[in-house]
Amino acid sequence: MTDHTHSSDPTQRPGLPARLLGIAAFLLLVFVLVPLFIRITGRWDFYYTLTSVALLSVAAAGVWLTFYIGRINIGQGAYALTGGYVSAILIMKYGVSFWLTLPLAGLFCAVVSVGIGLPILRLRGVYFAMVTLVLTEVARLTALALPITNGAKGITSIPLPGELSIFGLTIIPDFATLQNPKLAFYLMAALLMVLTYLVLWRIVNSRLGHLCRSLQQNEELSASIGVNTAMLRVLAYAISSFFGGLAGAIFVAISQSIYPSSFVVNDSVNFMLYCFLGGLGYVFGPMLGTLLLYFGWDLLSVAKEYQLLIYSGTMIALMLVLPNGVLSLLDRKGGRK
Amino acid sequence: MEQILANGLYLGAQYALIALGLTLIFSLMNVLNFAHGQMYVFGGFVTYTVVAQLGLPFIVGLLASAVVLAVMGALIEKFLFRPVIRRSKRDESTMLLAAGIAFFLDAVILLLFGEKQRGVPKIVNGVFNWDMRLIMPYDRILIAMAAVALIVGFILFMQYSRTGRAMRALAQDRVAAQLMGVDVDRYSMIGFAMGAMLAGLVGGLLVTITGINLGMGGPTSVKAFLMIMIGGAGVISGAIAGGFILGMMESVGLTVLAAYGDITYLVIFVTLMIFLAIRPQGLMGKPWG
Repeated sequence: MTDHTHSSDPTQRPGLPARLLGIAAFLLLVFVLVPLFIRITGRWDFYYTLTSVALLSVAAAGVWLTFYIGRINIGQGAYALTGGYVSAILIMKYGVSFWLTLPLAGLFCAVVSVGIGLPILRLRGVYFAMVTLVLTEVARLTALALPITNGAKGITSIPLPGELSIFGLTIIPDFATLQNPKLAFYLMAALLMVLTYLVLWRIVNSRLGHLCRSLQQNEELSASIGVNTAMLRVLAYAISSFFGGLAGAIFVAISQSIYPSSFVVNDSVNFMLYCFLGGLGYVFGPMLGTLLLYFGWDLLSVAKEYQLLIYSGTMIALMLVLPNGVLSLLDRKGGRK
Repeated sequence: MEQILANGLYLGAQYALIALGLTLIFSLMNVLNFAHGQMYVFGGFVTYTVVAQLGLPFIVGLLASAVVLAVMGALIEKFLFRPVIRRSKRDESTMLLAAGIAFFLDAVILLLFGEKQRGVPKIVNGVFNWDMRLIMPYDRILIAMAAVALIVGFILFMQYSRTGRAMRALAQDRVAAQLMGVDVDRYSMIGFAMGAMLAGLVGGLLVTITGINLGMGGPTSVKAFLMIMIGGAGVISGAIAGGFILGMMESVGLTVLAAYGDITYLVIFVTLMIFLAIRPQGLMGKPWG
């Protein structure tokens, strides 16, 4: 248990210049090289895939944070669905601007998660995992039963995000007037992903992160030395759900529709898998895991009926070779173990 | 009323059998077997192949399901779970493996058996009718009785056989069992094989009534999780209780709540979450699993 906490310890990281260089290279890749690559190759469909990767990794970041306090969260789909519905209903029924619904969707999910989290965060291990799994089902069934969500028919033909301006100054143009809304969505999702991981990294390398690690290792012990564990785990869960709601809201904006089956149990399980595959001990684990699994799945569509076989086979093989996630490769290279 | 109770018991017997396999695997290895529903579907398809395509008697199909799934379970434990459990830093890593296996089995089922709904002809004809108060086809009664017989057999096996005793010791305390000379690896493998076999048997039994299709795996797993949460994870009596309680709730709910639309499962889920908030370890579970 103590091993992998080292890897997220700031003192173990390379020096500041190297780190800044790495971040700059990453930003260059995401915002310049990828659009350039797509323009050259003409694979416009990659935009949709990569936008999804970015958004899914935002939701997965939330799941990762709950892993960080030692809870297995298989309920992120519930919050993504809730966030999506909040955004859709606010836009369609109350005419609220999409940009305003984004934080509102996140906040709504965070508030809901506090109410749900207070009782269920007392559970641990597989009990918590199973309850959160059930939570995804509850969200789907609630969406089916409530009148405001329009049941199985869902909410459709939601307009594209409108203009965002402050004091008459246009910051983001109306998506409907854009020549290429795909690119705009990609840039928005990528920006959100970068911000999310910045926040996550900041949390992990702060006092809050240390406290979370103490929860992960031994909850009783940390409670006994005066850590407010109940408050801490609800806080972590609320932040996690905020990310889930945010990602869900943008997904709705892209697909311009939402149904009770937009996020189901499988999606919740996938969020968890992204975290596992990338590595639970690494802040950027979920991002890499999402990229590998989702992009890999997309590329494998050429294999037709063998797609799922190859995909799951690779997943099992990866698990056998690297049971602690892909990023655990870094550990070995640095000679730390 | 009699009808509702009878339906509940019939559902409960099957559910309990599914939950038993899941809880056995969990108690021995601390693995939440995501692939349990897929194993159930696989068992159903094996029976279908033997009975409907090869034309052999139903009991042969059932035995084939049991054998195929037991071998599959043993291999999965030996070559997949054992190395991963030994090498990973966190227990939860087995979840990724289990989910991977669930996807893998889905893919294999799709390739081997296709995506169509399959069923085998009724094994007995006729309907039991008690004064129009209780109506139940004979084959359902037979299947429910077979399920109850299997549950009783399983309990007796766990209680009185040497293997069963070893597995109970393992579930109680792995290290202590090892120190007392229990071959931990061997009994983990047998336990996993038995859990998978139970899933396969239920699949084989139900293919005669509800039929089987590819999409049933995931929802079955979720239901099985529900049952072992109600009863308490890793406890055999809890799994049986959970199965019957869920079966009864479903049967009562479908009748009573029918007027309010399709909300039976929503009510069951919400009730369960409230119940777990008050009693996290389920009816009979150990605190914190």
